Amino acid sequence: MSDTDTIQTDALARIAAAADPAALEALRVEFLGKQGTITALLKTLGQMGPEERLEKAPAIQALREGVAGALADRKAALDAAALEARLASETLDLTLPAPDSPRGTVHPVSQVMDELAEIFADLGFAVATGPEIEDDWYNFTALNMPESHPARAMHDTFYFPDAAPKGGKMLLRTHTSPVQIRSMMAHGAPLRIIAPGRVYRSDSDATHTPMFHQIEGLVIDRDIHLGHLKWTLETFLKAFFEKEDIVLRLRPSYFPFTEPSVEVDVGFAIENGKRVLGGSGDAPGHGWMELLGSGMVNRKVIEMSGLDPDEWQGFAFGVGVDRLAMLKYGMDDLRAFFDGDVRWLAHYGFSAFDQPTLSAGVGARA
Amino acid sequence: MKFSLEWLKYFLDTDASVAEISATLNAIGIEVEGIEDPADKLAGFRVARVLTARPHPDADKLQVLTVDTGEGDPLQVVCGAPNARAGLVGVLGTAGAVVPANGMVLKQSAIRGQESNGMMCSTRELELGDDHDGIIELPEDAPVGTPFAQYQGASPVFDVAITPNRPDCMGVYGIARDLAAAGLGTLKPLRDDKIEGTFPCPVEIRTDDPDGCPAFYGRVIRGVKNGPSPEWMQARLKAAGQRPISALVDITNYMMLAFGRPAHVYDLAKLTGPVVARRAQDGEQVLALNEKTYTLDRTMTVIADEAGVHDIAGIMGGEHSSVQPETTDVLLEIAYFNPETIGVTGRKLGLATDARTRFERGVDPAWLDGGLDGLTSLIQRLCGGEASHVMRAGSPPSVAKVVQYHPELTQKLGGVAVDEAEQRRILAALDFTVSDDWQVTVPLRRHDVEGAPDIVEEVVRIHGIDKVASVPLPRGEGVARPTATPQQQIERRLRRAAAAMGLNEAVTWSFISEREAAAVGGGRWVLDNPISEDLKVMRPSLLPGLLSAVQRNMDRGATSVRLFEIGRRYLEDGEHPTLVGVLAGERVARGWSQGKAAPFDAFDAKSLCQALLAEAGAPVDKLMVMEPIGDVYHPGQAATLRLGPKNAIASFGAIHPATLKAFGIDVPVVAFGIHLDAIPARKSAGFARPHFAPPPLQAVTRDFAFLVPADLPAGDLLRAVKGADKANIVDARIFDLFEGQGVPEGQKSLAVEVTLQPGETSYKEADLKAIADRVVAAAGKLGGELRG
Repeated sequence: MSDTDTIQTDALARIAAAADPAALEALRVEFLGKQGTITALLKTLGQMGPEERLEKAPAIQALREGVAGALADRKAALDAAALEARLASETLDLTLPAPDSPRGTVHPVSQVMDELAEIFADLGFAVATGPEIEDDWYNFTALNMPESHPARAMHDTFYFPDAAPKGGKMLLRTHTSPVQIRSMMAHGAPLRIIAPGRVYRSDSDATHTPMFHQIEGLVIDRDIHLGHLKWTLETFLKAFFEKEDIVLRLRPSYFPFTEPSVEVDVGFAIENGKRVLGGSGDAPGHGWMELLGSGMVNRKVIEMSGLDPDEWQGFAFGVGVDRLAMLKYGMDDLRAFFDGDVRWLAHYGFSAFDQPTLSAGVGARA
Repeated sequence: MKFSLEWLKYFLDTDASVAEISATLNAIGIEVEGIEDPADKLAGFRVARVLTARPHPDADKLQVLTVDTGEGDPLQVVCGAPNARAGLVGVLGTAGAVVPANGMVLKQSAIRGQESNGMMCSTRELELGDDHDGIIELPEDAPVGTPFAQYQGASPVFDVAITPNRPDCMGVYGIARDLAAAGLGTLKPLRDDKIEGTFPCPVEIRTDDPDGCPAFYGRVIRGVKNGPSPEWMQARLKAAGQRPISALVDITNYMMLAFGRPAHVYDLAKLTGPVVARRAQDGEQVLALNEKTYTLDRTMTVIADEAGVHDIAGIMGGEHSSVQPETTDVLLEIAYFNPETIGVTGRKLGLATDARTRFERGVDPAWLDGGLDGLTSLIQRLCGGEASHVMRAGSPPSVAKVVQYHPELTQKLGGVAVDEAEQRRILAALDFTVSDDWQVTVPLRRHDVEGAPDIVEEVVRIHGIDKVASVPLPRGEGVARPTATPQQQIERRLRRAAAAMGLNEAVTWSFISEREAAAVGGGRWVLDNPISEDLKVMRPSLLPGLLSAVQRNMDRGATSVRLFEIGRRYLEDGEHPTLVGVLAGERVARGWSQGKAAPFDAFDAKSLCQALLAEAGAPVDKLMVMEPIGDVYHPGQAATLRLGPKNAIASFGAIHPATLKAFGIDVPVVAFGIHLDAIPARKSAGFARPHFAPPPLQAVTRDFAFLVPADLPAGDLLRAVKGADKANIVDARIFDLFEGQGVPEGQKSLAVEVTLQPGETSYKEADLKAIADRVVAAAGKLGGELRG
């Protein structure tokens, strides 16, 4: 056995036995460092004659490569073992809870108003607004309810001590209808608007709160008639409830600001103790529920809004937004809407990303 | 308004079922709110005859009866009524029947050991009256075995809502007329009650207030005998919800409910001198029939004699001259009052009566004589007496409106074409007169009909509004355009952004209490007639409502509340859209990883405020952080964000402990508010963004630590550093703040990381040195000194 063989055998054995990276490094220095034994052998090659070098070089070169390779392999093995040991010590109990990220919500009233805006945008209705602290004239007189009109008494109006610029007192609007007048005066005709917002009546029980939300619709054009009103309401309710079998029943009624006036009932069934819209109210197990008021805009109202009633006519309707929300999303106590109870808001509120769109359906499914 | 089927059929000849009548009423605009059939309540009760009665062996006050029910063997019944006796015909409830008054289900039982198979009933138990002294006694010949409901002639009762424009339907006859027009039967002709009278009216009748009382007709009836009204009238009145009182009173109520025609009957013996319609004097008083005294003023019309006021005209009669059981001579009054005057008087006095409801909406001006004769006839038939001639003062409106109509209008306005002949038939059935060229004369009683659209309504509602077909609204050309205003878009965007940031949207009352308003400096708009003291002042800020919501949530055991609201503040100069957020309690609950809970602090509010401002398109970088306004916030932990020194668009910070105390909150609360209408509108109108290409060379950062005066706002230093070399410095941020050991008293150390963006060529040492010098110089101007 030659010298190189002896050295190789010894080196490989010791490398294999190296227990840690430090021991391995010491061996590298011992064999391949500047003063290393194998380095010394390599240096002897320079002093040899050509023939001797030709004879001995391959063995010495092989020795260097063999030892270098063994060192690298051992290092990789030691590193892998070290990583494995570290990973074994780093185990996390991932059943522990992650940090909370608070989940915010959009109020049902806002959600429903966004849904309505989306549906009516498709029908070409813009969204209009008006003041809630309103002039008696816009809330009543211009809507064909002069001072002595009995219908005024049915409005349970909240008043302020302040005199209104156009007569009477300032008041809290009892309906969104004054926005009809303001819109016609500001924009003339033709006109298609919806006007959502807060309205106020001095009334309080499980189904009435002194503040609630309404949405007003108004179409003024040349040849608009009751049939258009019916279609618009059907279309809107079908789109809103995402249900084809919404059946409406129109009943002649009376509002001072419309003529003819129509009250609109919608058919429902009782399912699991709750009213579910759909079907004719005359069908077995069904009933009719009063949902909204509407009619052809009274000529006097058109006239008081500065338009010529011989040229322009149209329809208007009003519906409770809170009521629509309750019917669609199943809340049963209106008062909870305005309490700010975070438990209620978390339960009935909507994700920020439930943005109503026509392509996805305006409603947010439970 | 309630009426029985039996009463309706007195005026309307029809075979229609209750369901058909109900459907038709709804279809023509008379909303049916309910239908009650007394027969349902009386199921299981029948006419029965007591055959024998013997004392109960073990109870002094009870008897054991045998009762003939008309079928099978007689039943044994134990009864406690003192009037129970052999031969009595009464009403027996058998097993299974439910006693209307108390809901008790009758069953076979033993009472003190004696078998009992039912109950002999009192009127009170069957809810037919108040009598409970004994069991009902029917006439001897009442047919035994007949269901009691059938014997009694119980008739289904309709409860309908009459819209305020239809006073003519505030009487059964008017409803019958509408139903007949809709094809549900034939209106029966009214009795011809023309009564001339046999002697001159002995009382002078005058109207000194032709404006408030244009017409006042009257006559005297002598020698009447007041007493209970007959069964048929009592039954109709009871079905309508009126308690029978005496024949004379019942007759006036009957006239009102049957024909919508209020009238008044005075006890002639209590009147002195002429009976006059006049204005009341200021301060004049009257004791009304409801036993309350009303103080009147000169806007109110009254009926008075020499002694004083006897009637608040058209609203309520006076107690003094009201008819009594012993009354023998009466004065009848039928008048036409000005609807507006009645409304004003009624509102002023806060007095709502059936008479006012009808006069205020307008009774039939053409039916004064008819009404008076009808009233006279009823009194004479039920109470006897001799009638005087009629005395008439003034005259009711008599000029009928004539409306130019065109039959095509049903299509143009109503969306349904109706055959011309059918239109004529409908209008005639409703007493309109139609000329060949469609001049429509409106019956005087129809105060609501003013123009052609009203005629359309009449025709369409009788023809059937369900025949109006749906017609799509014409659609605008092209694609649908956006319809929301910029303000609406901001609100929608912020709402969803705030929710995405973890806040729950609340909707709180627009009105708050004076106490809540005081916490934010008081409100400008205070209601005259609030529904409660808690809902009285229009909020000048959204904060009180949200703080109260925080308090309620905390009281319910919440530990962390994040709420926001988008709504209006109500100020002198109008209504301002606003977003307010409140963060209360714990930002982070105690946990396994970080230990103790951490409360919210002012920077949480700042962070949300700035993020939302950015969403709203506000120039967040340009906003100055300045001192807070008002004393809602902690004076040292709150700020306003301003576009200019006087233009605050937002605020944020910790709520003042005194404010929290006022709201009963004992956890820290931070809040922020954004004045949505103060955010400047976006300038850019297009979609394209400004050009941008990522710079080819990498940015470098350099750190600087400055010793600055302790009271120097960090934001000032940051602004100075950023502005030191705008060509190179693209960002700067503070990464350390230190006071204490190593930092001289009165100073603090602020460390800033500055990001530099090279342009075409990389920085050389000299470039970096020059930039650093400029940064140090800028800090120096604020008293900053580079730390070694």
